[in-house]
Parts: sequence; C-alpha cells; structure tokens
Amino acid sequence: MPKVKIPRKSTLIDMTAMTDVAFLLLTFFMLTTQFKSDDSVIVDTPSSISEVKLPDTDVLNITVTKEGKVFFSIDNKNFSREKLLSKMSAKFPNLNFTAEEERAFVLTGSIGVPLNQLKGYLALDETERKMFEQPGIPIDSTNNELGDWIMQGRLSNPGVRITIKGDQGSSWSVVKKVMDTLQEKNVNKFNLITDLEADPNKLKGL
Amino acid sequence: MAELEQKQSGGKKGKKHGAKKMSTRLDLTPMVDLGFLLVTFFMLTTTFSKPQTMEINLPVKPKGEVTEEEQNALKASKAFNIIIAEDNKLYYYLGMANDPIEGPIVTNFSADGIRKILLEKNSAINEMVVLIKPTNDAIYKNVVDILDEMNISDIKRYALVEVAKEELELIKNIK
Repeated sequence: MPKVKIPRKSTLIDMTAMTDVAFLLLTFFMLTTQFKSDDSVIVDTPSSISEVKLPDTDVLNITVTKEGKVFFSIDNKNFSREKLLSKMSAKFPNLNFTAEEERAFVLTGSIGVPLNQLKGYLALDETERKMFEQPGIPIDSTNNELGDWIMQGRLSNPGVRITIKGDQGSSWSVVKKVMDTLQEKNVNKFNLITDLEADPNKLKGL
Repeated sequence: MAELEQKQSGGKKGKKHGAKKMSTRLDLTPMVDLGFLLVTFFMLTTTFSKPQTMEINLPVKPKGEVTEEEQNALKASKAFNIIIAEDNKLYYYLGMANDPIEGPIVTNFSADGIRKILLEKNSAINEMVVLIKPTNDAIYKNVVDILDEMNISDIKRYALVEVAKEELELIKNIK
C-alpha cells in the first residue's frame, strides 16, 4: 500500500483581517475614551435606576468615603478653581495663598484637608500629594469648613451643580451632616451620584 | 514565514525563472501585537458610562421654630413610615409613632420585601406619603436604595425625615 501523503499545509495565517479588526477596535476606543480621573479617593457608589447623566462641567462634588471622610472638588471651567482659592483667601486672610499655591490648587483633584493644613498640602509635589493621607474636611457644627467651601464654590461659579458621591458603606450620619450643611447654605436641590441598575418595571415588560 | 507561503502558491502556477520577484507580503504579526496592545490599554483606561445621578430636592429649611401643629399637618392614616436601622434592617409602620395603625414590622430590601409592601399600600391608600427615617446607624447605600424604591414604585410623595426618639423605642421592642 502506498503511503498516504499528507500535503503539508502552511501554518501561516493571513493576518490582514485580524489587523483590520484590531485597528478598528483601537480607533473606536481612541475616539470614545474618556480617561478615568485619578481621584485620590476611591468610592464605590450605590446603584439606582435613575438615568440622569452627570454633566462634564459645572460640577461641585462632595465625596464621602467609607471611613466618613469628606472631600471637596470643583471642575475648573471658567477658572472657577482659581477664583475659588482667591475667594477663600479673601475670606481667611491669615492663609494668604501665594500664586504658586494657587497653581498647585488648580492642578489638584479633590481636596480633603482642613484649611490650616491646605498650605502644607499644596506645597507637596504631585507624587507626595498622592501618597499623603488626607484627613477629610471638617464638617462638625463648630468647625464646618465644608460650608465655606460650598459657599465660595457657588460664588465662583454660580451655575454649578452640586453632587454628593457617597460610598455604599459610608454612615448615614456623615451624609446627613453634608446634606444639612447644604441646606444651611440654601442648597435644596442636588444630585446623588449612583451607578446604573436595571429598572425592574422595564425588565417585566421585556 | 510569509515567504514560505509565497513559494507554495507560486508552485501551483509553475516555477518562474528569471528575475527574483520580491514578495509583497508582509509579516503582520508585530502589527497585530501592537494593535491589540493599544486596544487593551484603551479598554482598561476608559470609563464608558458616565456616572448616573439621582436628583434630590429637600425642603427649604424653615426659619425659626416650627410649631407642633404645623409638623403634624399630615394625616396619620396616610403616613407610611420607613425606619432604616443598622445591619440592613428595615422597619415600617403606618400612622403616628405614638399610635401606629399597623406595625411596626420588620422587612428587608428585596423585591418581595419593602417593594411589595409599598406597591400594596400605595394602591390601597389614596395620597399616601412615605416618610423615610434613616437612623444614624444606617448606611448610605440603604438610604439610596429606599429613595430608589420610591422611583420604582412610582411614589411621588416622600420625604427624608429625622427619626424620632419614640420611634427608636418602638423598634427596640420588636427586636
């Protein structure tokens, strides 16, 4: 019996189609991407069925972490961060921020230090700042600095929308204090940042 | 590798003599590698969905003291109270704390728990008002969950209210 000759097939695959797919995906991701903001705090938000999107700009965000620390951040549209800091130093003349500190403030993300530590915090360089464990903004009734931040933040950008980003596990008493502070400053309309969850009513209709 | 195939496909047509033709085929493997590397990078750094937000409207803080009568303007029969306690515990009762019409009863956050009750009560009671009362031991997630239940059950009248001492006593008894 003659030997059956198995024709040797080339192991080479045409890569063109694969390249096409890879670059198609690459283009898609490049165009749709929005980089994750490197916030100094990680918060796991609760989910809700609400579908209102968070705007990109004009947002004043108050973050409440699991440990109950409070952070403050505002986006820098129309230089509101610069305005905010100069307003804060006008209100607290003993702080007297320098131009350099102002620049550092514009570039930082969330602020979570009491005002008396802010100067020292801004003096750190970027990597040091990331390593620094921020103690959170005081929100006690005797020393409510968050109220000042909110007030001056609204003055620097009157069209700002206030959001609260709370961790699932953060205590209600802290969030309540934040809400009370907002109410005190006559902010009665604000948004809670949540993840999307399927609406059970819509699921039933499927 | 690419040259190998070139030889084979060329073999079918018969060997060509004369000037060596350079292959027009390129080995695309490194290009694919690079492509996928970048795809992976963008996939991992991207945030797809923008975060959702839930809007909250709080009443304007009253100036000065509010009298008892003003506070109790709500009809007892229409008041549905939810108390959010620690460890994901949930209590509800109907009416006023000193004289509850129904309850307090323990329930949970599942679809068969508070949602069922809310839907039942909402259709049974005309113009029902839900009073959400988180205790200080409650966690934020549970409060958001209850606010979300209001949206799911399509309840328009609800308020975040501070829990009263009598209510804490009330739920202590049924523990």
